[in-house]
Amino acid sequence: MIDRISSEEIAAAIRTASQELFSTMLQLPLEDSPFYDETSEPESIDGVVALVGIAGSWTGTGRIACSPHFACRLAGALLMQPYESVNEDVLDAVAEVSNMIIGSVKTIFEEKLGPLALSIPTVIFGRNYRTRSSGVPKWTVVPFRTDGDTWNISFCVIPTKTSGQHIARPDVVLAV
Amino acid sequence: MPLDVLIVDDSAAIRKILHRVLVQAEIPLGKVHEASDGVDALEKLKTEKVGLILSDINMPNMDGIELLTKLKADDAYKSVPIVMVTTEGSQAKVMQALELGAVGYVRKPFTAEQIKEKLAGII
Repeated sequence: MIDRISSEEIAAAIRTASQELFSTMLQLPLEDSPFYDETSEPESIDGVVALVGIAGSWTGTGRIACSPHFACRLAGALLMQPYESVNEDVLDAVAEVSNMIIGSVKTIFEEKLGPLALSIPTVIFGRNYRTRSSGVPKWTVVPFRTDGDTWNISFCVIPTKTSGQHIARPDVVLAV
Repeated sequence: MPLDVLIVDDSAAIRKILHRVLVQAEIPLGKVHEASDGVDALEKLKTEKVGLILSDINMPNMDGIELLTKLKADDAYKSVPIVMVTTEGSQAKVMQALELGAVGYVRKPFTAEQIKEKLAGII
């Protein structure tokens, strides 16, 4: 029985899923950087974050974090029209991008872990806040570069305990 | 005869993209209606007749599998072709949708060509 998913496996799945989306629906360049594990307090964020939860025999969260400028760029590429500032269309587009990437990661992991369910995305736009999933020891973070924009995808996944303990919860957001 | 279509997806972005792909596809397109979930879709279908439904699976209120089940159990809609367009890529989910009566399955992310090819095989 599998008791852990390595950071290398998570990073590989994120890169595969991201490349697929960027080469099909977005047609934007995508260059990945070395991944790292985030085990301490996450850095505060200024910009847009989209969170998608995974549930089933394993529990986890996928998170996309980017600047307002890159969020507008993602929305522009997806919807084929320019966006100057973050609005409902932009937030919806970032939510859908996260849904497609984390959904593909989920599909990759289902081959090893069995059926998993995907939550509806939550998207947050603001300044100086942190996200945290309770009961998760580390996030694997994959930074990306698209031309001059840097952004990242993070993912955490742990076995679900039947007692209900240690359920990863994507819905904790801290203003700092 | 022009084909009226219902797009069901909780993402306005995806509804917009699918609408654009339908306009670009070489099909005799009539009206394109949009619904944000299964409940909204059933409400729209009370007043609009459509010849094709493109539906997501993961949606709030009523998901695409429940919508598909309800439509295929209703004499008024059971002959309407339904194509699932979704991030759900597991083989089990694909099989479930096809066994329930979906005529096609397109996994997101998709290209316009994939949608057009799927429609060409149905229309």
